[in-house]
Amino acid sequence: MLTILFDGVAYGMLLFILAVGLCVTLGLMNFVNLAHGAFAMAGGYLTVVMMNRMGISFWWCLPAAFLFSAALGAILERTLYRRLYDKTHLDQVLFSIGLIFMSMAAVDYAMGASQQIVNLPSYLSGRVEIFGAQVGVYRLFVIAVCGVLAVGLQFIIARTRFGSQLRASVDDGRVARGLGIDVTRIFSLTFAVGSGLAGLGGALGASILSMDPFFPLKYMIYFLIVIAVGGATTITGPFFASLLLGIADVGGKYFVPAIGGFIIYTIMVAVLIFRPEGLFTRRTRR
Amino acid sequence: MLRRQLLLGAASLATGVVAGLAPSAPALAQQQTVKVGFIAAMTGPQASSGRQMLQGIRLYQALNGDTVAGKKIEVIVRDDTGVADQTRRIAQELIVNEKVAFISGFSLTPLALAVAPVITQSKTPAIIMTAGTSIITAQSPYFARVSFTLPQQTMPMAEWAAKNGVKTAVTLVTDYGPGLDSEKAFAEKFTELGGKVLAQLRAPLANPEFAPFLQRAADAKPDAIFLFVPGTQAGPLMRQVVDRGLTKSGVKIIGPGDITEDEQLVSMDDSVLGVLTSHFYSAAHGSDANKRFVAEFRKANNNQRPNFFAVGGWDGMHAIYEALRKTNGETDGDKIMGALRGLEWDSPRGRMSIDPQTRDVVQDVYIRRVERRDGELYNIEFDVVRQVKDPYRK
Repeated sequence: MLTILFDGVAYGMLLFILAVGLCVTLGLMNFVNLAHGAFAMAGGYLTVVMMNRMGISFWWCLPAAFLFSAALGAILERTLYRRLYDKTHLDQVLFSIGLIFMSMAAVDYAMGASQQIVNLPSYLSGRVEIFGAQVGVYRLFVIAVCGVLAVGLQFIIARTRFGSQLRASVDDGRVARGLGIDVTRIFSLTFAVGSGLAGLGGALGASILSMDPFFPLKYMIYFLIVIAVGGATTITGPFFASLLLGIADVGGKYFVPAIGGFIIYTIMVAVLIFRPEGLFTRRTRR
Repeated sequence: MLRRQLLLGAASLATGVVAGLAPSAPALAQQQTVKVGFIAAMTGPQASSGRQMLQGIRLYQALNGDTVAGKKIEVIVRDDTGVADQTRRIAQELIVNEKVAFISGFSLTPLALAVAPVITQSKTPAIIMTAGTSIITAQSPYFARVSFTLPQQTMPMAEWAAKNGVKTAVTLVTDYGPGLDSEKAFAEKFTELGGKVLAQLRAPLANPEFAPFLQRAADAKPDAIFLFVPGTQAGPLMRQVVDRGLTKSGVKIIGPGDITEDEQLVSMDDSVLGVLTSHFYSAAHGSDANKRFVAEFRKANNNQRPNFFAVGGWDGMHAIYEALRKTNGETDGDKIMGALRGLEWDSPRGRMSIDPQTRDVVQDVYIRRVERRDGELYNIEFDVVRQVKDPYRK
């Protein structure tokens, strides 16, 4: 019983770490970046290459995945994304979908279409017993990392100078610029951080979900469900939404396997009917 | 509206042409080239199957020449991305425009089923190199299979388990055609031999998280857990099986060979050691024919290991060559099918044949255990059931 709860939390945290970067770009920058999964894939594949081909420790892979995806994000932001900030959401969607297909073809060409499996160091696999429940060590690790990230991000956005500059830039770019805030730089940085988080999510998720070129499309639906249920304007929203979805999904599949696969969608539909703005949304002024 | 009518018109025209093609088929035999259409998923989630099949075909042609009975064999490769209506459209196009004498490939069951009416109408022999549901060969008299059927692969495992001290089992399969096939085959054979199936679990096809299902399986405390998922999910599933400590707790992990398929197995780690599977092909099969096949395949493909898709492509090509040899190069659909029925040969996998009645594959099924050999993980065969037919189509 506790084991199921734990597995649900771990699954939810995995969803959170994959979706949190999207939450940063979509919610804070108001940019519909469906290609988010492509950055996660970049981080995941970097981990695969570093660990399986070069034999580098898993601990180096995590920051490397973050930096690699962040750099990729920064470059693409400078060259491509920037042009679409003031375009309609439809243009942004079309653009980022196109980017997904390009990334899939590129990875397919470079790495092949087969599944890439990450083999974790032995001290991260296996199980320990906590309060009488058997829990996987790696899942425990994922939960810890996500918890730290959630708190850290919330702190940065709500309490730091950078956070308030960012919020100001998003709410009204012109006025923010007038106040001497370097909006362009802030957006670049934020976009890079969002992409980096995706890469970190990909690296952490690689061993559980395994990597193939279809990753961005396969998991896009899950990112979007998390954002739809949690709302994209805070970090805490998607955090609790991920928890809710993860526990409901795992629990549902365990107790009523016949309909278990639908529970995650049922929750999303229910939320969209009763609270179309998401469960935990900060009221926007626009 | 106009567009839809145009499409409908084009579609009926296409089927009309296909139907009208049959009488002219003997005329094709005069040509000096025999075209073989190869339709498989070369991109998309199933791409690795299409690529391995094609590598098997190319290797066969490289080692055995591209002429047989005075005809040059030309393989036309088309990608259906794993979508059934594409497969059907491409098959029509190949038969009508390219005038192919054979269709081959088929990564998945629905893709093979989609072409059944087309090949029946045009009397074009179709060689199934991968798709593994029992019913396919019953859907058209022009199907012949050189791959496997899931019940054929599954029942020997059930038999072996029942005879080797496994009293209770839980099955966990993916909720789609082949998964249900193997669930049924396993449960039938296993209970027939006195075993008890404690639970039958089905995971949705789009399902990255196996935790709840594996937990349920573990809670039932069986002697063995029988697993079957599509090849692309095998890696993540085995990872979760191991993380859950199921392999260490003394529960036997068993299943058809798809879960430890050769190409994936290379990238797994020692935690899958000891997993038991039944299957028709392992790259570690000890025959000389297979050693040569593996060595040549590695040489031609950047040291990549061949898997059962590749051997399917190889044997499909062999069946086409042998059938043409028997008909002396004639490509009439009925004559080819006559030549394919009862065809028997030594494949890298071992002795195999095409059943004269069902046109389905008959072959040895091996019981294997994952072991480390020469620094790589392999499925090592240690027991065999000779010349197994699909149990459902007698």
